[in-house]
Amino acid sequence: MNNLEIVKAGLNKRYAKERRFKFYGIFSISLSMLFLFFLLFDIGAKSIPAFTQTYINLDIEFDKKLMKLQDQDSYSEETLFSASYSKLGRNALYKLFPEVTERKQKKALRQMLSSGARYDLRDAVLENNDYVGTTQNLWVLAGDDIDAFVKGLIDRNIPEADRRVKDYQVEWVDTLEAQNKIERRFNINFFTSGDSREPEQAGILGALKGSFYTMLVTLLLSFPIAVSAAIYLEEFAPKNNWWIDIIEININNLAAVPSIVFGILGLAVYINLFGVPRSAPLVGGLVLTLMTLPTIIISTRAALKSVPPSIREAALSIGASKMQVITHHVLPLAMPGILTGSIIGMAQALGETAPLLMIGMVAFVADIPQSILDPATVLPVQVFIWSDSPERGFIALTSAAIVTLLVFLFFMNLVAIVLRKKFETRW
Amino acid sequence: MSNLEILLILIIAAAIAYYATKRQAQSWQASRDKTKLDSLPNYYGYFGAICTLLPALIVLSFWSFIEGNIISALVVSKFERLSALNASDLSLVMNEIKIIVESGLSEKNSNDLFYEKAAVLIERYSLVSLFLKVASVFALSILGFMYAYLKITPRFKARKKVEKTAVYLLLLSALVAILTTAGIIFSVLFESIAFFSQISIFDFVFGTHWSPQIAIREGQVSSTGGFGAFPLFWGTILISIIAMIVAAPLGLISAIYLAEYAQPKIRNVVKPILEILAGVPTVVYGFFAALTVGPMVSGFGDRLNEFGMSFEIELFAGLVVSSESALAAGLVMGMMIMPFILSLSDDVINAVPDSLRDGSIAMGSTKSETVWKVVFPAALPGIVGGFLLAISRSIAMGSTKSETVWKVVFPAALPGIVGGFLLAISRAIGETMIVLMAAGVAANLTANPLNSVTTVTTQIVVLLTGDQEFDSIKTLSAFALALGLFVTTLILNILALQIVRRYREQYE
Repeated sequence: MNNLEIVKAGLNKRYAKERRFKFYGIFSISLSMLFLFFLLFDIGAKSIPAFTQTYINLDIEFDKKLMKLQDQDSYSEETLFSASYSKLGRNALYKLFPEVTERKQKKALRQMLSSGARYDLRDAVLENNDYVGTTQNLWVLAGDDIDAFVKGLIDRNIPEADRRVKDYQVEWVDTLEAQNKIERRFNINFFTSGDSREPEQAGILGALKGSFYTMLVTLLLSFPIAVSAAIYLEEFAPKNNWWIDIIEININNLAAVPSIVFGILGLAVYINLFGVPRSAPLVGGLVLTLMTLPTIIISTRAALKSVPPSIREAALSIGASKMQVITHHVLPLAMPGILTGSIIGMAQALGETAPLLMIGMVAFVADIPQSILDPATVLPVQVFIWSDSPERGFIALTSAAIVTLLVFLFFMNLVAIVLRKKFETRW
Repeated sequence: MSNLEILLILIIAAAIAYYATKRQAQSWQASRDKTKLDSLPNYYGYFGAICTLLPALIVLSFWSFIEGNIISALVVSKFERLSALNASDLSLVMNEIKIIVESGLSEKNSNDLFYEKAAVLIERYSLVSLFLKVASVFALSILGFMYAYLKITPRFKARKKVEKTAVYLLLLSALVAILTTAGIIFSVLFESIAFFSQISIFDFVFGTHWSPQIAIREGQVSSTGGFGAFPLFWGTILISIIAMIVAAPLGLISAIYLAEYAQPKIRNVVKPILEILAGVPTVVYGFFAALTVGPMVSGFGDRLNEFGMSFEIELFAGLVVSSESALAAGLVMGMMIMPFILSLSDDVINAVPDSLRDGSIAMGSTKSETVWKVVFPAALPGIVGGFLLAISRSIAMGSTKSETVWKVVFPAALPGIVGGFLLAISRAIGETMIVLMAAGVAANLTANPLNSVTTVTTQIVVLLTGDQEFDSIKTLSAFALALGLFVTTLILNILALQIVRRYREQYE
C-alpha cells in the first residue's frame, strides 16, 4: 500500500470522529443553555404565586367594646393606635358562619385570616377615625394556608389528613367564593413591607433598602480607592520593582480568594477590632469594598492601558504635567471602560451572600433600615433566610425575591453592555 | 459631635482655605507689578486645602480607631474587679456596661451599682476624649491653613507639591491590596494558633470525628475527638470532584466548539448567554440545588431502589438517598463554574496562533515529512516549544478539524487550560452558598455522592453564625478551617496565575 491508500482507508473513520466531536460540542452547549433556561423557568414559575395575595371581604364591626375603648365621641390618635383590633376580624367571621360553634373549628375559622389583619384594620381606623362604632365592608388579608389553597398550591383531592387545610375550611372557602367574598389581588405588601415570620405579611422593602445602603457604602469607598490604585499602578509605579510586583500579585490573588474569607476578615477586624456595629450596612459595605476592589482595579487598568500613547504625548508636548495629562485627558477617555468595570463589580457585590452571613446580616430584621448604622439584611441574604423557613408560602416569596434580584442584576449588566458598546473606541 | 459632623466641618474649612489661598495667588497676579506665578492660582488653592484637611483628617481617623480601646483599658485598670477577669468574661461585662451607657444613665436599669459606676466612668472618659479630639483636630486644621497661607509666595512651587501629595495618595490606595491580605492573615492566623495550642494539627487534619457543637459546654472533658476535620476536607473534595466532572468537559468542549467551529454570529449570541450563568448569584444556585435538583436526585435514587426491588434482587441494596446530597450540590456547582472554564479556555484557545492550525491542515494533506521538517520549524521559529513540533510532526496527513484541535490547538493551549482548571477548582473549594443550602451539615466520611456531606465553608458558616463567644474553642476551630481554606486557595491561585502568565508570554 502506498501512503494515499493508507490515508483513504482511515478516512471514513476519521470523518466520523470529526462529526462526533462536532456533535459533542453542540450537545454540551445545548445542555448548558438548557440548564440555564430550566433554572430561570423553574424559579420564575415558583415566584408567580408570591405576586398575588388572597383577601376576604368582611363586614367589620368596629365595636368599641371589642376594641377595648371607653365610650367617647372622639379618640386621640394614641388611643386608637393602642386599641385592640385582634377580635374584630374573627368576630366578623363568626357572624358570617354562625353555625360554627365547636372550639377547634372556631380556631380554624380564626386562622382563615392573617395574624397581620389586625394591623391593617388599625391602619384603616387611623386613616378614618369615624369608623369607630360603625360597620364597614372591608377586604381583609387571608392566612397563608388559605392563601396557598386559593392559589391551587394545596390540592383539595388529597386526603384531609395530609393537607394543611381541613375539609370544613375548604367548605368555608367555597361558600365565600360563591358569594364573591374571596379575591386574589396584586401583592403590594411584598414591595412595601419588611421581613416577617408570616409569609403573607413578609416583604422585601427592608432587604432592598439594606442592599441600597450597603451598595452605597461599597460604591463610595471602592470606586475612588480602586481608580486611584489603578492610576498609580498603571501610570506612576516604577517598572520592574519588586514591591510593585507584590502589590500586583496581591490584587490578582485577592480576586480569587473565597468570599467567605472576606467575611471572616470583616468579623475579626471590622467588628471585633474596630468595633463597627454588627449587622449594619456599613460593615457589609466595608467587606464588599475589599471584594470589589480587585475587579474595579483590573478593569480600570485595562481601560487606562487602552488610551493610546499619542494622546499622552500630545498633552505632554504642550507642557502639561504628568498629573494633568492623566486628570485632563487619560481619565476622561478611559471613563466608559472604568464605569463598565465598576458596574460589573457592583453587580457581583449585589449578589454576594456568604461574607455577609459572617458579619451578622443574617439576623431577623423586621424594621426597615433608615441609615447605614441600622441593623439590616440584603436581598441575597433575605433569599437565604427565606429559603430556610419551613412555611410553604416562603418558597414563592424566595423565588420572587430571586426574580427581583435577577432583574436588578440584569439591568446593571445591561447598562454596562450599552455603555461599552456606545463608547467603545478603536484607536 | 459625631465624626461625620467633624468631617463636614473640616471639608467646609478646606473649601474656605482653597478660596483664600487662591485669592491670595490671584491678587499677586493682578497686582501692579504683574508678578509671575510659578503655578496656576488653582494649585495654590489646592495646596491650602490639603494643608487644612489632610493632617486633621489623619489625626481624626487614628483617634477614632483607638479611642474605644483606650477608654476600655483605662476603665479596666481603675477597677480591680475587671482586671481580674479573663478575656472572654471581660468582653461580656464590658458589653453590658456599654449597653448601660447607650441606654442612658438616667434610667436605673441595672441592679448592680458597680455597672453604674463603670458606666459613669466610661461616659466621663468619652467626653474627655471627644473634647480632646475636637480640639486637636480643629487646631491642626487652623495651624495647617496658617502654615499654607504663610508659606505661599509667587515663587512657591505649588503645583509640584500638590501633585506629589496626590501621587502619595494614589500609592496609599494601591497599598490597600496589601493591607487586605495582611488583614486576612491577621484575622485567621492568631485565632488558628490559639486553636492549635489546644488541638494538635495532626488530630485536626487527619481526625475523622467532627462534632464541635458538643465541646462548648463547660466542665465537659475537652473533646479531643471532636475536631477531626478530615470529613470536611473530604466533603469539599468530593463535591469539587463532582463539580469538575460536570464543568470540565462541558466547559472545555463548548469552548473548543465556539472557538474553532461555530460561526461568529452564533458565537456572539451563545457566549453571552452562557456567561449569564456566571453572573447568577450563588444563593440562587443554592436555592435551586436545594429545592429542585436535590429532590430530583433523591427521587431518582428512590426510582433506582424500586427498579432493583422489581427484579427481586438486591441490586441497589443499601442505597440511601438523602434529600441533601453531595451529588445535587456538585451538579449545580459544576454548572456554576462551567462558564468560568468556558471563558478561560476560550481565551487560551484563541491565543494559539493560527499559523499552527493552518500548518497542520495545509501541510499534512499534500507534503512529505521532509517539508514538515524544513518548512514548519522555519515558519515558526521560537514561537512553539519543542514538544509541540514533535506532536505536529506526528500528525497524519490531511488532518481533520477535530484532529487539529486535539493534536495541535489543545496541546498548545494545555498549560492555559490547566491554569483555568486550577482557578475553577479553587472557586469550587471556596464556594459557600450552594453547599450550605444543598449538601447538608452532617460530617459523613463517605464516597457515595448520594449521601449528605459537609464542607469546610459550610462548617465555617455554621460555627460563626448565631450566638458565640469569641474565644471558645468552637469559634476558634472556624478560624483554623478558614486558614486551611485560605492557604489552599492561595496556592492554587498563585500556581494557576503563574502557569497562565507564562503561557501568555509564550505567544505574545
